[in-house]
Amino acid sequence: MTEVVALTWRQYRLERRLFWRNPSAAFFNFLFPLILLGLFGAVFSGNQHDLNVIVPGIAGLSVMSTTFTALAFNLTFLREQGVLKRMRGTPLPAGVYLGGLAASAVTNTALQVTIITLAGKLLFGIPWPRDWPELVLFAAAGVVCFASLGVALSHVIPNFDSAPAYVNAIFLPTIFISGVFYDAASAPAFIKDIAEGLPLKHVIDGLSGAMVTGKGIGDHLSALAVIAVWGAAGIFLAIRGFSWDQRRD
Amino acid sequence: MSAAISVRGLRKRYGDLEAVRGIDFEVARGEVFGLLGPNGAGKTTTVEILEGYRERSGGEVAVLGHDPAGRARELRERVGIVLQSTGMYRHITVREALDHWAGFYARAREVTEVIALAGLEEKAGERVNRLSGGQLRRLDFALALIGDPELIFLDEPTTGFDPVARRQAWDTIRSLRALGKTVLLTTHYLDEAQELADRVAIIKDGRLLAEGAPGELGAGGDERYRVSYRNGDGSLVVEETDDPTTLLHQLTAAALARGERLYELSVTRPSLEDVYLELTADVTPTPPAGAAHD
Repeated sequence: MTEVVALTWRQYRLERRLFWRNPSAAFFNFLFPLILLGLFGAVFSGNQHDLNVIVPGIAGLSVMSTTFTALAFNLTFLREQGVLKRMRGTPLPAGVYLGGLAASAVTNTALQVTIITLAGKLLFGIPWPRDWPELVLFAAAGVVCFASLGVALSHVIPNFDSAPAYVNAIFLPTIFISGVFYDAASAPAFIKDIAEGLPLKHVIDGLSGAMVTGKGIGDHLSALAVIAVWGAAGIFLAIRGFSWDQRRD
Repeated sequence: MSAAISVRGLRKRYGDLEAVRGIDFEVARGEVFGLLGPNGAGKTTTVEILEGYRERSGGEVAVLGHDPAGRARELRERVGIVLQSTGMYRHITVREALDHWAGFYARAREVTEVIALAGLEEKAGERVNRLSGGQLRRLDFALALIGDPELIFLDEPTTGFDPVARRQAWDTIRSLRALGKTVLLTTHYLDEAQELADRVAIIKDGRLLAEGAPGELGAGGDERYRVSYRNGDGSLVVEETDDPTTLLHQLTAAALARGERLYELSVTRPSLEDVYLELTADVTPTPPAGAAHD
């Protein structure tokens, strides 16, 4: 057991070190949501209602981009390059390797949500989160849900060249309809209906409750249920379709 | 001591395609064994089943006493794999990669020693994305050797190498044999098999066509010799025989009786290349008449 922990820690440290050495990954996985926050924060400066929407909205976006987007890209790349296959030939247990990879993604989520929370308080007139457990709960639920969906999506992406098309075809519409940039309540009904069926809107609702509106976990049980259903489907598909090799038998 | 690898009646089916159709062979411990065959013959499928990457459809295989399909960690501790083409983290340095990989194994070799063995001393601090193709291949070797494996799989290890790099790779493989390691090598370079392998097996269309030491490998196991010479009129004559003593006696006696010489007289055994080309030809072998390459 201690050996598994030590090996996972080593793998995690390697993933962290290599993450910062890859400028494009560091930019798109890390800086991009923060830049969006800065831009929209500047646009909505002085309009507290909009700032109250954008700060939890960007927090939700960053939960999705650090897990769903990052893992779909990384796994497609590592599979196409044969790094997964190479790892598979060593004694390193599969769970340790994937655990290190996932932990690195979650570190980015935690760092970003922290930065966004700090920026909300210091720059955008949002008080400290009213409900810390709720903030952690929804960030964590979002991480599990979006990470597993990202892994599952990587099974469908045929090669790394087409990864941006696949990922953005899902990511961009989802963030636009889920109330990242505007109050989801003001969207037309059919858009709202679609967003209601997707997990991101519910993650943002929960984060918004924790950071802004003060609605507690008890008010968001149906939101948690939607996230849980997507998460369960994601975990099932992530495990079922997992392949270490580009070749498909 | 039991064989390092034993394969009995191995079969692999992909849908309607039967890629491996009943292969048997054994690799003794300490042996360098070459698997030869054209592209699509089933070499890589066979090796990847032995490496634990693919599941077999039928037959029995044992690798160091384990069924590789079980993917036992204990087995992977003792096996090193150089795949045909595998990428690597782009932003890791050579030394970091070997340090990290060494942590996977209970009894890893010294990183510095392995860097030297692979000839990467001057590139130890370089990132992978700045290595040349040949240097990357040497890193593949180094990563496969870091765990001090007993058995090493080399899938077309020198493809794309320049002649100097190939000689260096060959020296590395010979040094593995000197250390008592077992090596399973797939290649489509016949000189490589001839140079390195103690025994070779030729595979085509998922079947094993011949097996033996490269120097002794003859089609069907017959002792065949090729006698060639030039006539008085300069034309090349090639005859095949399993009894070269008698044939030479007849030829030379007849030539002496005519008062002629036999120019460029030679007696050769079929080379590995001849055997290979004959066995892997798509049609029945063409008659050797006019074969002027000897």
